[in-house]
Amino acid sequence: MTLNSEKRTVLKAEGIQRILRRMAHEIIENNEGTEQLVLIGIRTRGVPLARRLIAMIKEFEGTEVPLGILDITLYRDDLSTIGEQPVVHKTEIPFDITGKKVILIDDVIYTGRTVRSALDALVDFGRPDKIKLAVLIDRGHRELPIRTDFVGKKVSTSQNELITVFLEETDGEDKVFIEENNY
Amino acid sequence: MSIKRKDFLGLYNTDREEIVSILNTAESMKEIFTRTVKKVPTLRGKTIVNLFFEPSTRTKSSFSLAAKRLSADVMSVSKKMSSVQKGESLLDTAKTMEAMGADVVVVRHGSPGAVEFLAEQLSARVLNAGDGAHAHPTQALLDLYTIKENLGQIKGLKILIVGDITHSRVARSNIWGLNHLGAEVRVVGPNTLLPVEIEKMGVEKYTDLDQALSDVDVINILRIQLERQKSGLFPSINEYIKFYGFHEERLMQVDDEVLIMHPGPMNRGIEIDSEVADGKQSVITEQVTNGVAVRMALLYLLAGGNPEDAEIT
Repeated sequence: MTLNSEKRTVLKAEGIQRILRRMAHEIIENNEGTEQLVLIGIRTRGVPLARRLIAMIKEFEGTEVPLGILDITLYRDDLSTIGEQPVVHKTEIPFDITGKKVILIDDVIYTGRTVRSALDALVDFGRPDKIKLAVLIDRGHRELPIRTDFVGKKVSTSQNELITVFLEETDGEDKVFIEENNY
Repeated sequence: MSIKRKDFLGLYNTDREEIVSILNTAESMKEIFTRTVKKVPTLRGKTIVNLFFEPSTRTKSSFSLAAKRLSADVMSVSKKMSSVQKGESLLDTAKTMEAMGADVVVVRHGSPGAVEFLAEQLSARVLNAGDGAHAHPTQALLDLYTIKENLGQIKGLKILIVGDITHSRVARSNIWGLNHLGAEVRVVGPNTLLPVEIEKMGVEKYTDLDQALSDVDVINILRIQLERQKSGLFPSINEYIKFYGFHEERLMQVDDEVLIMHPGPMNRGIEIDSEVADGKQSVITEQVTNGVAVRMALLYLLAGGNPEDAEIT
């Protein structure tokens, strides 16, 4: 980042962990248990978040709910406008989602376009009973009529700010911070 | 990462990173085959034209299926059914397709260099689906993919290509690709079907199959082009079968883990017996399946972006 960009920490490790525990409880409560429940993490950082939630749900309820991994690259709506083709990673949903209660998990929701892509992708795998959305950070500024069901923290941002989630598994530490986008 | 050129003509001018990126992308594409809906919307609105001046079953249908699974619109033009019969030139035929809005033209032609010529002339992206005895890069990519999927890696493997190397674009493309990825390539066949100075491509040349087979990991058996016999390049089919044909007993000479590959179409009973072609070690049908994934990867990497941004071939 450039020198004049100011970083503001929104969440630290303990905060993130506390929020995830609350969300895990909320998911169980909302679903009235773990029956038919599956968690699908959106690459990249939705995946470690989903793994952590699954571990917590197991701790609270004693059952391990299945994990799916979704790569939304092939469903993006900007492929013909961006210069270079983004790398396509593998989607791994090793179970039938038909009839399941799917919780889609991502780190940040912003415009809603990623979630739109994810919804399009999911229906190609089957017909879930329900799809709900869980995000660690909701930063507002939606460009599509998409809402969240489980939110870790709402953070009000201006559009020229960047919000970044760092997770131990992908970035070596747990941290959420905002910085000015000085481009 | 995209392919940093307008066209995809062969592995001879593709670097290692690009090959690895295509193979990795193909792995992600292959997952789509397991879904309920085997189609993604990635290339909606793009038009892909198959321009085939030589007969083809698998390459042409594989490209069509790959394009369709990415939601592109696909047209196929073949020599027999087109105005080529009325004397229209290669370039005019291709320009006609471009004028209809083709974003990518997939070309198969009998003359080496014909595809490269079109690539220079057209502003649409051009993809080589086989030109004469020159190159057939997507076949080599699907072979690389199949080897990697079965054996975990390519580096350090000993790969033997058997048969008519001189007339084989599959052999050439495989040699380029395998060398890029660090395999040890051997070729074997009658001297009349091995190009002079083939060693300069970075391969070991054998005429004795038994010697060539020692310690190999993969055997890629090429189709004997029966029409070559007329030109006297090998004395008789029976002699070829005796020295280079793959039958069950020949297979006893090698390890159980050795992969048997064939690019198709096969002459069963000549270069390969049914027991070998349909046996446990054969990955011939996997090659066909992987071909679709590899072509999807290539179309995605090539057709998604803007050709004007690409460096010229």
